[in-house]
Amino acid sequence: MVVDSAICYEVLRRMREDEQFDYCVDITAVHYPKREQPFDVVYILYSFHDNERVRVKTLITDGERLRSAVSIWPTANWLEREVFDMFGIEFDGHPDLKRILLPDGWKGHPLRKDYPILQQDKDWVQINLGIESGQ
Amino acid sequence: MNDSTRTAYLSPQTAQTRRGAGAPDLLDLDTKDQTFLDATELVLNMGPQHPSTHGVLRVILKLDGEKVLGTECVIGYLHRGVEKIAENRTYTMFNPYVDRMDYVAAVSNGLGYCEAVEKLFATEAPQRAQYIRVILTELCRIASHQVWLGTHALDIGALTPLFYCFRDREEILKIFEKYCGARLTTHAFRIGGCIYEAYDGFEQDCKNFCDAFLPKSDEYEELLTTNRIWVGRTKGIGILKPEDCIALGVTGPVLRASGVKWDLRKAQPYESYKAFDFEIPTGVNGDTYDRYLVRIQEMRQSVRIIRQAVDGLPSGPIVAKIPKVLKPPVGEVYHSIEAPKGELGYFIVSDGSTQPYRVRVRPPSFVNLQALDKMVRGMLVADVVAVIGTLDIVLGEVDR
Repeated sequence: MVVDSAICYEVLRRMREDEQFDYCVDITAVHYPKREQPFDVVYILYSFHDNERVRVKTLITDGERLRSAVSIWPTANWLEREVFDMFGIEFDGHPDLKRILLPDGWKGHPLRKDYPILQQDKDWVQINLGIESGQ
Repeated sequence: MNDSTRTAYLSPQTAQTRRGAGAPDLLDLDTKDQTFLDATELVLNMGPQHPSTHGVLRVILKLDGEKVLGTECVIGYLHRGVEKIAENRTYTMFNPYVDRMDYVAAVSNGLGYCEAVEKLFATEAPQRAQYIRVILTELCRIASHQVWLGTHALDIGALTPLFYCFRDREEILKIFEKYCGARLTTHAFRIGGCIYEAYDGFEQDCKNFCDAFLPKSDEYEELLTTNRIWVGRTKGIGILKPEDCIALGVTGPVLRASGVKWDLRKAQPYESYKAFDFEIPTGVNGDTYDRYLVRIQEMRQSVRIIRQAVDGLPSGPIVAKIPKVLKPPVGEVYHSIEAPKGELGYFIVSDGSTQPYRVRVRPPSFVNLQALDKMVRGMLVADVVAVIGTLDIVLGEVDR
Protein backbone atom coordinates (compact mmCIF):
# COMPACT_ATOMS: atom_id res chain seq x y z
CA MET A 1 0.00 0.00 0.00
CA VAL A 2 1.56 3.30 -1.08
CA VAL A 3 0.38 6.46 0.63
CA ASP A 4 1.25 10.13 0.29
CA SER A 5 3.78 11.29 2.88
CA ALA A 6 1.46 14.09 4.05
CA ILE A 7 -1.23 11.68 5.23
CA CYS A 8 1.12 8.87 6.23
CA TYR A 9 0.79 9.45 9.96
CA GLU A 10 -2.97 9.64 9.76
CA VAL A 11 -3.11 6.39 7.79
CA LEU A 12 -0.88 4.65 10.32
CA ARG A 13 -3.01 5.89 13.19
CA ARG A 14 -6.16 4.61 11.50
CA MET A 15 -4.47 1.27 10.83
CA ARG A 16 -3.73 0.97 14.52
CA GLU A 17 -7.06 2.14 15.85
CA ASP A 18 -9.65 1.11 13.28
CA GLU A 19 -8.01 -1.87 11.59
CA GLN A 20 -6.36 -3.36 14.69
CA PHE A 21 -2.83 -3.51 13.31
CA ASP A 22 -1.49 -3.50 16.83
CA TYR A 23 2.02 -4.80 16.20
CA CYS A 24 4.56 -2.74 14.29
CA VAL A 25 6.94 -5.35 12.95
CA ASP A 26 9.49 -3.14 11.29
CA ILE A 27 10.22 0.31 9.90
CA THR A 28 12.84 0.61 7.23
CA ALA A 29 13.76 2.59 4.14
CA VAL A 30 15.10 2.05 0.63
CA HIS A 31 17.14 4.59 -1.29
CA TYR A 32 16.62 5.15 -5.05
CA PRO A 33 19.00 8.03 -5.85
CA LYS A 34 17.76 8.52 -9.43
CA ARG A 35 14.14 9.09 -8.51
CA GLU A 36 12.57 12.46 -7.86
CA GLN A 37 11.49 11.27 -4.44
CA PRO A 38 14.53 9.17 -3.58
CA PHE A 39 13.36 7.44 -0.39
CA ASP A 40 10.81 4.73 0.28
CA VAL A 41 9.92 4.49 3.95
CA VAL A 42 8.33 1.11 4.62
CA TYR A 43 6.20 0.26 7.65
CA ILE A 44 5.51 -3.44 8.15
CA LEU A 45 2.47 -3.96 10.32
CA TYR A 46 0.80 -7.05 11.71
CA SER A 47 -2.61 -7.65 13.19
CA PHE A 48 -2.90 -10.31 15.87
CA HIS A 49 -6.64 -10.22 15.48
CA ASP A 50 -6.73 -11.11 11.77
CA ASN A 51 -3.32 -12.80 11.50
CA GLU A 52 -2.54 -10.49 8.64
CA ARG A 53 0.56 -8.58 7.61
CA VAL A 54 0.59 -5.40 5.57
CA ARG A 55 3.26 -3.06 4.21
CA VAL A 56 2.60 0.68 4.17
CA LYS A 57 4.99 2.58 1.98
CA THR A 58 5.48 6.29 1.55
CA LEU A 59 7.75 8.15 -0.86
CA ILE A 60 9.65 11.20 0.36
CA THR A 61 12.20 13.64 -0.99
CA ASP A 62 15.65 14.14 0.51
CA GLY A 63 15.36 16.32 3.61
CA GLU A 64 11.61 15.86 3.97
CA ARG A 65 10.54 15.09 7.51
CA LEU A 66 7.99 12.51 8.52
CA ARG A 67 5.87 12.53 11.63
CA SER A 68 7.13 9.99 14.15
CA ALA A 69 5.04 6.90 14.83
CA VAL A 70 6.29 6.53 18.41
CA SER A 71 2.97 7.81 19.75
CA ILE A 72 1.20 4.99 17.88
CA TRP A 73 3.62 2.14 18.56
CA PRO A 74 6.41 2.54 21.16
CA THR A 75 8.46 0.03 19.11
CA ALA A 76 8.97 2.73 16.51
CA ASN A 77 11.44 4.47 18.82
CA TRP A 78 14.53 2.42 18.03
CA LEU A 79 13.39 1.49 14.54
CA GLU A 80 13.09 5.15 13.54
CA ARG A 81 16.42 5.89 15.14
CA GLU A 82 17.97 3.21 12.96
CA VAL A 83 16.36 4.66 9.83
CA PHE A 84 17.73 8.07 10.80
CA ASP A 85 21.16 6.59 11.47
CA MET A 86 21.37 4.69 8.20
CA PHE A 87 19.53 7.03 5.81
CA GLY A 88 19.40 10.45 7.46
CA ILE A 89 15.61 10.62 7.38
CA GLU A 90 14.34 12.72 10.26
CA PHE A 91 11.15 12.17 12.20
CA ASP A 92 9.17 14.98 13.82
CA GLY A 93 8.07 14.41 17.37
CA HIS A 94 10.50 11.58 18.08
CA PRO A 95 11.51 11.70 21.77
CA ASP A 96 15.21 11.06 21.27
CA LEU A 97 16.28 11.08 17.65
CA LYS A 98 19.99 10.28 17.59
CA ARG A 99 22.27 7.70 16.08
CA ILE A 100 21.84 4.18 17.41
CA LEU A 101 24.32 1.82 15.76
CA LEU A 102 27.01 4.24 14.63
CA PRO A 103 28.84 6.53 17.06
CA ASP A 104 27.34 9.95 17.72
CA GLY A 105 29.86 12.09 15.85
CA TRP A 106 29.91 9.98 12.67
CA LYS A 107 29.45 11.75 9.34
CA GLY A 108 27.34 10.26 6.57
CA HIS A 109 24.55 7.72 6.36
CA PRO A 110 25.89 4.35 5.22
CA LEU A 111 22.85 2.75 3.62
CA ARG A 112 22.43 5.54 1.09
CA LYS A 113 23.47 4.35 -2.33
CA ASP A 114 26.00 7.17 -2.75
CA TYR A 115 27.95 5.87 0.25
CA PRO A 116 30.48 3.35 -1.09
CA ILE A 117 31.05 0.19 0.92
CA LEU A 118 34.66 1.08 1.76
CA GLN A 119 33.90 4.63 2.82
CA GLN A 120 34.31 5.59 6.44
CA ASP A 121 34.56 8.71 8.53
CA LYS A 122 38.38 8.95 8.52
CA ASP A 123 38.43 11.95 10.87
CA TRP A 124 36.34 10.14 13.43
CA VAL A 125 38.56 7.06 13.26
CA GLN A 126 41.68 9.21 13.59
CA ILE A 127 40.38 11.16 16.57
CA ASN A 128 38.70 8.37 18.49
CA LEU A 129 40.79 5.32 17.67
CA GLY A 130 44.08 7.02 16.89
CA ILE A 131 44.66 4.97 13.74
CA GLU A 132 44.67 5.83 10.06
CA SER A 133 41.90 3.51 8.97
CA GLY A 134 39.54 1.07 10.58
CA GLN A 135 39.97 -1.47 7.81
CA MET B 1 28.85 21.47 68.16
CA ASN B 2 31.08 24.15 69.50
CA ASP B 3 34.71 24.77 68.72
CA SER B 4 36.17 23.05 71.74
CA THR B 5 34.27 19.78 71.25
CA ARG B 6 35.23 19.68 67.60
CA THR B 7 38.92 19.83 68.30
CA ALA B 8 38.82 17.79 71.49
CA TYR B 9 40.86 15.01 69.92
CA LEU B 10 43.71 17.34 69.06
CA SER B 11 46.43 18.51 71.40
CA PRO B 12 45.79 22.05 72.65
CA GLN B 13 48.63 23.50 70.56
CA THR B 14 47.53 21.97 67.30
CA ALA B 15 43.96 22.99 67.91
CA GLN B 16 45.09 26.50 68.53
CA THR B 17 47.19 26.63 65.35
CA ARG B 18 44.39 25.24 63.24
CA ARG B 19 41.87 27.66 64.49
CA GLY B 20 44.32 30.47 64.05
CA ALA B 21 45.28 29.51 60.50
CA GLY B 22 41.67 29.01 59.50
CA ALA B 23 42.31 25.43 58.47
CA PRO B 24 39.29 23.38 57.25
CA ASP B 25 37.52 21.63 60.03
CA LEU B 26 37.80 17.90 59.44
CA LEU B 27 35.01 16.78 61.68
CA ASP B 28 32.33 19.17 60.59
CA LEU B 29 29.70 16.71 59.50
CA ASP B 30 26.72 18.80 60.46
CA THR B 31 26.47 20.84 57.31
CA LYS B 32 24.91 19.01 54.42
CA ASP B 33 27.24 20.00 51.64
CA GLN B 34 30.17 18.22 53.18
CA THR B 35 28.68 14.77 53.40
CA PHE B 36 28.99 12.36 50.49
CA LEU B 37 26.27 9.96 51.58
CA ASP B 38 23.37 12.04 50.39
CA ALA B 39 20.29 10.90 48.54
CA THR B 40 20.93 12.24 45.05
CA GLU B 41 20.68 10.04 41.98
CA LEU B 42 23.62 8.00 40.86
CA VAL B 43 24.44 7.26 37.24
CA LEU B 44 26.12 3.90 36.82
CA ASN B 45 27.72 2.67 33.68
CA MET B 46 27.32 -1.07 33.13
CA GLY B 47 29.37 -2.52 30.31
CA PRO B 48 30.30 -2.60 27.48
CA GLN B 49 32.72 -5.15 28.91
CA HIS B 50 30.55 -6.81 31.50
CA PRO B 51 30.08 -10.57 31.81
CA SER B 52 26.32 -10.41 32.24
CA THR B 53 25.63 -8.34 29.13
CA HIS B 54 26.35 -11.36 26.91
CA GLY B 55 28.52 -9.47 24.49
CA VAL B 56 29.21 -5.79 24.23
CA LEU B 57 26.13 -4.01 25.47
CA ARG B 58 26.44 -0.84 27.49
CA VAL B 59 23.60 0.05 29.82
CA ILE B 60 23.56 3.42 31.54
CA LEU B 61 21.60 3.05 34.76
CA LYS B 62 20.09 5.89 36.74
CA LEU B 63 19.87 4.73 40.32
CA ASP B 64 18.36 5.85 43.56
CA GLY B 65 20.30 3.75 46.01
CA GLU B 66 19.81 0.27 44.62
CA LYS B 67 16.58 1.12 42.85
CA VAL B 68 16.64 1.61 39.09
CA LEU B 69 14.97 4.83 37.96
CA GLY B 70 15.75 4.51 34.29
CA THR B 71 18.06 2.95 31.77
CA GLU B 72 19.55 3.78 28.44
CA CYS B 73 21.11 1.18 26.17
CA VAL B 74 24.10 2.09 24.09
CA ILE B 75 24.53 -0.42 21.29
CA GLY B 76 26.43 -0.66 18.04
CA TYR B 77 29.77 -1.97 19.27
CA LEU B 78 29.47 -5.02 17.02
CA HIS B 79 28.05 -3.19 14.02
CA ARG B 80 29.50 -4.68 10.84
CA GLY B 81 27.10 -3.25 8.29
CA VAL B 82 25.59 -6.57 7.26
CA GLU B 83 22.83 -4.84 5.30
CA LYS B 84 25.37 -2.82 3.33
CA ILE B 85 27.46 -5.91 2.65
CA ALA B 86 24.37 -7.62 1.23
CA GLU B 87 23.98 -4.93 -1.41
CA ASN B 88 27.48 -5.66 -2.64
CA ARG B 89 27.25 -9.46 -2.76
CA THR B 90 25.24 -11.83 -4.88
CA TYR B 91 22.32 -13.67 -3.31
CA THR B 92 24.40 -16.82 -2.88
CA MET B 93 27.45 -15.01 -1.56
CA PHE B 94 25.47 -13.28 1.15
CA ASN B 95 24.14 -16.55 2.56
CA PRO B 96 27.07 -17.30 4.92
CA TYR B 97 26.98 -13.77 6.32
CA VAL B 98 23.60 -14.23 7.95
CA ASP B 99 25.04 -16.98 10.16
CA ARG B 100 27.17 -14.35 11.85
CA MET B 101 24.26 -12.34 13.15
CA ASP B 102 22.70 -14.59 15.76
CA TYR B 103 25.71 -16.82 16.13
CA VAL B 104 24.20 -19.17 18.69
CA ALA B 105 21.30 -19.95 16.31
CA ALA B 106 23.00 -19.74 12.94
CA VAL B 107 20.80 -22.39 11.34
CA SER B 108 17.63 -20.35 11.93
CA ASN B 109 19.17 -17.26 10.35
CA GLY B 110 20.10 -19.22 7.26
CA LEU B 111 16.64 -20.72 7.04
CA GLY B 112 14.98 -17.30 7.15
CA TYR B 113 17.22 -15.89 4.45
CA CYS B 114 16.92 -18.88 2.10
CA GLU B 115 13.16 -18.87 2.45
CA ALA B 116 12.91 -15.16 1.77
CA VAL B 117 14.90 -15.51 -1.47
CA GLU B 118 12.85 -18.57 -2.43
CA LYS B 119 9.72 -16.50 -1.90
CA LEU B 120 11.17 -13.93 -4.29
CA PHE B 121 11.49 -16.71 -6.88
CA ALA B 122 8.01 -18.00 -5.95
CA THR B 123 9.49 -21.44 -5.41
CA GLU B 124 9.72 -23.85 -2.51
CA ALA B 125 12.23 -26.37 -1.28
CA PRO B 126 11.35 -30.03 -1.97
CA GLN B 127 9.61 -32.00 0.75
CA ARG B 128 12.70 -33.90 1.88
CA ALA B 129 14.74 -30.70 2.15
CA GLN B 130 11.97 -29.12 4.19
CA TYR B 131 12.03 -31.98 6.68
CA ILE B 132 15.81 -31.85 7.00
CA ARG B 133 15.52 -28.10 7.52
CA VAL B 134 12.92 -28.54 10.23
CA ILE B 135 15.03 -31.12 12.06
CA LEU B 136 18.13 -28.95 12.03
CA THR B 137 16.29 -25.76 12.97
CA GLU B 138 14.62 -27.42 15.91
CA LEU B 139 17.94 -28.86 17.07
CA CYS B 140 19.28 -25.35 16.77
CA ARG B 141 16.42 -24.00 18.84
CA ILE B 142 17.29 -26.44 21.62
CA ALA B 143 20.97 -25.50 21.39
CA SER B 144 20.13 -21.80 21.55
CA HIS B 145 17.89 -22.27 24.57
CA GLN B 146 20.61 -24.31 26.25
CA VAL B 147 23.11 -21.49 25.83
CA TRP B 148 20.47 -19.13 27.17
CA LEU B 149 19.70 -21.30 30.21
CA GLY B 150 23.34 -21.91 31.05
CA THR B 151 24.42 -18.29 30.89
CA HIS B 152 21.23 -16.93 32.45
CA ALA B 153 21.56 -19.26 35.43
CA LEU B 154 25.24 -18.38 35.70
CA ASP B 155 24.38 -14.68 35.86
CA ILE B 156 22.00 -15.30 38.71
CA GLY B 157 24.53 -17.42 40.55
CA ALA B 158 23.72 -21.04 39.71
CA LEU B 159 26.85 -22.53 38.23
CA THR B 160 25.80 -26.13 37.54
CA PRO B 161 23.24 -25.58 34.75
CA LEU B 162 25.98 -24.06 32.60
CA PHE B 163 27.96 -27.30 32.63
CA TYR B 164 24.88 -29.46 32.12
CA CYS B 165 23.67 -27.36 29.19
CA PHE B 166 26.97 -27.13 27.40
CA ARG B 167 27.56 -30.85 27.89
CA ASP B 168 24.24 -31.66 26.22
CA ARG B 169 24.58 -29.00 23.55
CA GLU B 170 27.75 -30.73 22.43
CA GLU B 171 25.63 -33.61 21.08
CA ILE B 172 23.72 -31.19 18.84
CA LEU B 173 26.90 -29.56 17.61
CA LYS B 174 28.25 -33.02 16.77
CA ILE B 175 25.21 -33.66 14.57
CA PHE B 176 25.76 -30.29 12.84
CA GLU B 177 29.42 -31.09 12.34
CA LYS B 178 28.65 -34.47 10.83
CA TYR B 179 26.01 -32.94 8.60
CA CYS B 180 27.82 -29.94 7.19
CA GLY B 181 31.30 -29.82 8.70
CA ALA B 182 30.75 -26.76 10.87
CA ARG B 183 29.56 -26.50 14.44
CA LEU B 184 28.52 -22.90 14.93
CA THR B 185 28.31 -20.86 11.75
CA THR B 186 26.94 -23.78 9.85
CA HIS B 187 25.77 -22.44 6.48
CA ALA B 188 23.70 -25.61 6.34
CA PHE B 189 21.09 -24.57 3.77
CA ARG B 190 21.23 -23.21 0.26
CA ILE B 191 18.68 -21.20 -1.63
CA GLY B 192 16.28 -23.78 -3.04
CA GLY B 193 16.87 -26.53 -0.52
CA CYS B 194 19.83 -28.19 1.12
CA ILE B 195 23.20 -28.91 -0.40
CA TYR B 196 24.06 -31.91 1.74
CA GLU B 197 22.13 -35.14 1.86
CA ALA B 198 21.53 -36.46 5.37
CA TYR B 199 24.56 -38.59 6.26
CA ASP B 200 24.32 -42.29 7.09
CA GLY B 201 22.96 -42.60 10.57
CA PHE B 202 21.54 -39.07 10.69
CA GLU B 203 18.09 -40.29 11.72
CA GLN B 204 19.58 -42.55 14.39
CA ASP B 205 21.72 -39.72 15.79
CA CYS B 206 18.68 -37.46 16.04
CA LYS B 207 16.62 -40.17 17.71
CA ASN B 208 19.39 -40.92 20.17
CA PHE B 209 19.67 -37.27 21.00
CA CYS B 210 15.91 -36.97 21.59
CA ASP B 211 15.86 -40.03 23.85
CA ALA B 212 18.78 -38.74 25.84
CA PHE B 213 17.64 -35.15 26.01
CA LEU B 214 14.26 -35.54 27.72
CA PRO B 215 15.65 -36.94 30.99
CA LYS B 216 18.31 -34.25 30.84
CA SER B 217 15.75 -31.49 30.56
CA ASP B 218 14.22 -32.93 33.71
CA GLU B 219 17.63 -32.60 35.31
CA TYR B 220 17.69 -28.89 34.48
CA GLU B 221 14.31 -28.52 36.09
CA GLU B 222 15.40 -30.44 39.17
CA LEU B 223 18.21 -27.96 39.60
CA LEU B 224 16.14 -24.84 39.18
CA THR B 225 12.35 -25.07 39.08
CA THR B 226 11.86 -25.53 42.82
CA ASN B 227 15.18 -24.05 43.87
CA ARG B 228 14.38 -21.39 46.46
CA ILE B 229 17.14 -19.04 45.41
CA TRP B 230 16.20 -19.36 41.74
CA VAL B 231 12.52 -18.76 42.44
CA GLY B 232 13.37 -15.83 44.68
CA ARG B 233 15.55 -14.23 42.05
CA THR B 234 13.15 -14.73 39.12
CA LYS B 235 9.53 -14.67 40.35
CA GLY B 236 7.90 -11.29 39.90
CA ILE B 237 11.01 -9.85 38.26
CA GLY B 238 10.79 -7.95 34.98
CA ILE B 239 7.06 -8.33 34.47
CA LEU B 240 5.70 -7.54 31.02
CA LYS B 241 1.97 -7.39 30.49
CA PRO B 242 0.67 -8.77 27.17
CA GLU B 243 -0.42 -5.32 25.96
CA ASP B 244 3.04 -3.93 26.74
CA CYS B 245 4.63 -6.78 24.81
CA ILE B 246 2.53 -6.05 21.75
CA ALA B 247 3.06 -2.30 21.95
CA LEU B 248 6.81 -2.80 22.24
CA GLY B 249 6.87 -5.37 19.44
CA VAL B 250 8.33 -8.05 21.70
CA THR B 251 8.10 -11.54 20.18
CA GLY B 252 9.23 -15.07 20.87
CA PRO B 253 9.27 -16.77 24.28
CA VAL B 254 9.06 -13.39 26.02
CA LEU B 255 5.70 -12.69 24.38
CA ARG B 256 4.44 -16.20 25.03
CA ALA B 257 5.41 -16.05 28.70
CA SER B 258 3.06 -13.09 29.01
CA GLY B 259 0.20 -15.30 27.93
CA VAL B 260 -0.09 -14.46 24.23
CA LYS B 261 -0.33 -17.72 22.35
CA TRP B 262 1.43 -16.64 19.20
CA ASP B 263 4.08 -18.52 17.33
CA LEU B 264 4.83 -17.98 13.64
CA ARG B 265 5.20 -21.73 13.18
CA LYS B 266 1.47 -21.98 13.92
CA ALA B 267 0.22 -18.54 12.92
CA GLN B 268 1.78 -18.47 9.46
CA PRO B 269 3.30 -21.92 8.97
CA TYR B 270 6.37 -22.08 6.78
CA GLU B 271 8.32 -25.14 5.62
CA SER B 272 6.26 -28.17 6.63
CA TYR B 273 5.37 -27.12 10.15
CA LYS B 274 1.73 -27.68 9.30
CA ALA B 275 2.39 -31.41 9.21
CA PHE B 276 3.65 -31.62 12.78
CA ASP B 277 1.73 -31.86 15.96
CA PHE B 278 3.08 -29.64 18.72
CA GLU B 279 1.89 -27.17 21.30
CA ILE B 280 2.76 -23.56 22.05
CA PRO B 281 3.69 -23.29 25.72
CA THR B 282 2.54 -20.07 27.35
CA GLY B 283 3.04 -18.44 30.71
CA VAL B 284 0.68 -16.51 32.95
CA ASN B 285 2.53 -13.80 34.82
CA GLY B 286 5.03 -12.65 32.23
CA ASP B 287 7.89 -12.60 34.72
CA THR B 288 11.38 -14.03 34.48
CA TYR B 289 10.31 -17.31 36.06
CA ASP B 290 7.55 -17.84 33.50
CA ARG B 291 9.92 -17.13 30.66
CA TYR B 292 12.21 -19.79 32.05
CA LEU B 293 9.37 -22.32 32.18
CA VAL B 294 8.22 -21.45 28.66
CA ARG B 295 11.67 -21.98 27.20
CA ILE B 296 12.11 -25.32 28.98
CA GLN B 297 8.75 -26.44 27.59
CA GLU B 298 9.72 -25.21 24.15
CA MET B 299 12.77 -27.44 24.15
CA ARG B 300 10.52 -30.44 24.85
CA GLN B 301 8.15 -29.43 22.06
CA SER B 302 11.12 -29.19 19.72
CA VAL B 303 12.00 -32.77 20.61
CA ARG B 304 8.45 -33.73 19.68
CA ILE B 305 8.80 -32.05 16.29
CA ILE B 306 12.19 -33.65 15.63
CA ARG B 307 10.83 -37.12 16.40
CA GLN B 308 7.90 -36.66 14.02
CA ALA B 309 10.12 -35.23 11.30
CA VAL B 310 12.68 -38.04 11.59
CA ASP B 311 9.97 -40.69 11.46
CA GLY B 312 8.28 -39.12 8.48
CA LEU B 313 11.40 -38.11 6.56
CA PRO B 314 10.34 -38.50 2.91
CA SER B 315 12.65 -39.51 0.09
CA GLY B 316 13.24 -37.46 -3.02
CA PRO B 317 15.39 -34.60 -4.21
CA ILE B 318 16.84 -32.14 -1.71
CA VAL B 319 17.17 -29.11 -3.94
CA ALA B 320 14.58 -27.37 -6.09
CA LYS B 321 15.19 -26.59 -9.75
CA ILE B 322 16.60 -23.10 -9.64
CA PRO B 323 19.15 -21.49 -11.99
CA LYS B 324 22.86 -21.56 -11.14
CA VAL B 325 23.06 -17.78 -11.43
CA LEU B 326 20.33 -16.31 -9.30
CA LYS B 327 18.50 -13.41 -10.92
CA PRO B 328 15.18 -12.99 -9.14
CA PRO B 329 12.40 -11.00 -10.80
CA VAL B 330 11.98 -7.34 -9.85
CA GLY B 331 9.99 -6.99 -6.68
CA GLU B 332 10.11 -6.92 -2.92
CA VAL B 333 9.27 -9.48 -0.33
CA TYR B 334 9.04 -9.78 3.44
CA HIS B 335 9.36 -13.16 5.02
CA SER B 336 9.71 -14.00 8.67
CA ILE B 337 10.28 -17.13 10.70
CA GLU B 338 10.09 -18.01 14.36
CA ALA B 339 13.73 -17.93 15.42
CA PRO B 340 14.60 -19.08 18.95
CA LYS B 341 14.49 -15.44 20.06
CA GLY B 342 11.40 -14.23 18.26
CA GLU B 343 10.29 -13.07 14.85
CA LEU B 344 13.24 -12.96 12.47
CA GLY B 345 12.27 -11.20 9.28
CA TYR B 346 13.98 -10.47 5.98
CA PHE B 347 12.79 -7.67 3.72
CA ILE B 348 14.47 -8.05 0.34
CA VAL B 349 14.16 -5.67 -2.61
CA SER B 350 15.27 -7.04 -5.97
CA ASP B 351 16.01 -4.93 -9.03
CA GLY B 352 16.38 -7.97 -11.27
CA SER B 353 20.17 -8.18 -11.05
CA THR B 354 22.32 -10.82 -9.37
CA GLN B 355 22.74 -8.68 -6.27
CA PRO B 356 19.96 -7.70 -3.91
CA TYR B 357 19.08 -4.02 -4.09
CA ARG B 358 18.36 -3.89 -0.40
CA VAL B 359 18.24 -6.44 2.38
CA ARG B 360 16.71 -5.47 5.66
CA VAL B 361 16.98 -7.82 8.61
CA ARG B 362 14.34 -7.51 11.29
CA PRO B 363 16.24 -8.87 14.28
CA PRO B 364 14.25 -10.16 17.25
CA SER B 365 16.97 -9.30 19.79
CA PHE B 366 17.12 -5.65 18.73
CA VAL B 367 13.41 -5.10 19.20
CA ASN B 368 13.20 -7.18 22.38
CA LEU B 369 16.07 -5.26 23.96
CA GLN B 370 13.98 -2.12 23.72
CA ALA B 371 11.71 -3.56 26.41
CA LEU B 372 14.56 -3.59 28.93
CA ASP B 373 13.80 -0.09 30.19
CA LYS B 374 10.16 -0.92 30.83
CA MET B 375 11.04 -4.16 32.61
CA VAL B 376 13.67 -2.92 35.05
CA ARG B 377 12.17 0.37 36.20
CA GLY B 378 11.62 0.20 39.94
CA MET B 379 13.62 -3.01 40.27
CA LEU B 380 17.03 -3.44 41.93
CA VAL B 381 20.40 -3.35 40.19
CA ALA B 382 20.84 -7.09 40.65
CA ASP B 383 17.58 -7.65 38.76
CA VAL B 384 18.92 -5.84 35.71
CA VAL B 385 21.31 -8.75 35.27
CA ALA B 386 18.45 -11.23 35.52
CA VAL B 387 16.33 -9.28 33.04
CA ILE B 388 19.08 -8.95 30.43
CA GLY B 389 19.52 -12.70 30.74
CA THR B 390 15.84 -13.48 30.40
CA LEU B 391 15.49 -11.35 27.25
CA ASP B 392 17.99 -13.71 25.60
CA ILE B 393 19.73 -11.18 23.42
CA VAL B 394 22.68 -11.83 21.16
CA LEU B 395 24.60 -8.68 20.46
CA GLY B 396 25.76 -9.89 17.07
CA GLU B 397 22.14 -9.70 16.03
CA VAL B 398 21.31 -6.48 17.84
CA ASP B 399 24.11 -4.60 16.11
CA ARG B 400 24.37 -6.55 12.87
